[in-house]
Amino acid sequence: MKLLTHNMLTSHVKGVTKGYPLLIKATEVKVNEVEFNPQFVSRMIPKLEWSALVQAADELGHRQDLPVELVPEYEKNEEFLKKVHRVLLEVEVIEGCLRCPESGREFPISRGIPNMLLNDDEV
Amino acid sequence: MTSNCRRPEHTAPPELFYNEVEAKKYSQNSRMIEIQTQMSERAVELLNLPEGQPCFLLDVGCGSGLSGDFLSEEGHYWVGVDISTAMLDVALDREVEGDLLVGDMGHGMPFRPGTFDGCISISALQWLCNADKRSHSPPKRLYTFFSTLYSSLSRGSRAIFQLYPENSEQLELITTQAMRAGFGGGMVVDYPNSSKAKKFFLCLFAGVIGSLPKGLGTETSDRAVSNQVQYSGQRCRFKGMKGKSAKKGRDWILEKKERRRRQGREVRVDTKYTARQRKPHF
Repeated sequence: MKLLTHNMLTSHVKGVTKGYPLLIKATEVKVNEVEFNPQFVSRMIPKLEWSALVQAADELGHRQDLPVELVPEYEKNEEFLKKVHRVLLEVEVIEGCLRCPESGREFPISRGIPNMLLNDDEV
Repeated sequence: MTSNCRRPEHTAPPELFYNEVEAKKYSQNSRMIEIQTQMSERAVELLNLPEGQPCFLLDVGCGSGLSGDFLSEEGHYWVGVDISTAMLDVALDREVEGDLLVGDMGHGMPFRPGTFDGCISISALQWLCNADKRSHSPPKRLYTFFSTLYSSLSRGSRAIFQLYPENSEQLELITTQAMRAGFGGGMVVDYPNSSKAKKFFLCLFAGVIGSLPKGLGTETSDRAVSNQVQYSGQRCRFKGMKGKSAKKGRDWILEKKERRRRQGREVRVDTKYTARQRKPHF
């Protein structure tokens, strides 16, 4: 699971009002090399919850020098875009789980794939 | 899709039907791969994404990642959801570039509002129409799916579903729930006159009024004839239309004009130009 996906994931359990952001408990993390596409990263930044991204990167210990606040005029700032690219697309959680901040319900992650299947009473 | 003529949804629920054996076909059967790729190509075409821009897309029922691979080839980034772990395992082995999730369409899409620039789904939606458990209510599951999908799409984006509808009731069930969820759009049928090549694509628009794309294989034949043939072909296939003609077809328009004449209104004379296909304008 990449952090770009994690930034968009919420808990959709019935009755939960604040199922975002899901807290990551990772036992295995991998860093891949992914081709840098500044146009895509630039387009994704406005869609991100920046604080959730920083928090997630922190939880994985891969934040490095990602700033706490979004840098203004980032479209031309290639250095900044590269940092965002690394955190969004290159850091991957392989094993662990995602924890709902409201209910504590855990969604396991196995082989990089989170299991979002709900039980009958959660739908 | 399957070697026998039975519909897979009548055999078992998807998480059981798509086991290791079935999943293997998706990675080895070249004809299956070819068909799935072609349908993915057409679905992306119908998505009408802006040129030269990498987008963030959702693939519902991504399975072994055949459609996802096509999305990656086009330079897009994607997230795939599927209920079958066996199929997702094949996707992992094939080292697909998109992120994968195990999930049930009927539980809803677990994403923040406005996440995706578009959504495709190849050969998956018909699985939602069958109740695999006693607790399942297909209309409710369809509505849960469509309403959460609607919110997870950015305004102005589309969701394209290639599906194999069993009958007209199923189509109506699907489109009703999709409209309830806020989507606009409708069905696009490619090659409607060929039983073998015929493909159904449900094109849904999230938050924008658009004109429905034309189905392939409908432009070549003579206008008046093609309307009739296309129409009667569908009528033979789908019996359960409750005795009324399909909406907006030529017969429906003629009937409506008759109704209005009976009401005493002023109605234009019926000519050969009545119900002629006009160019979409808006």
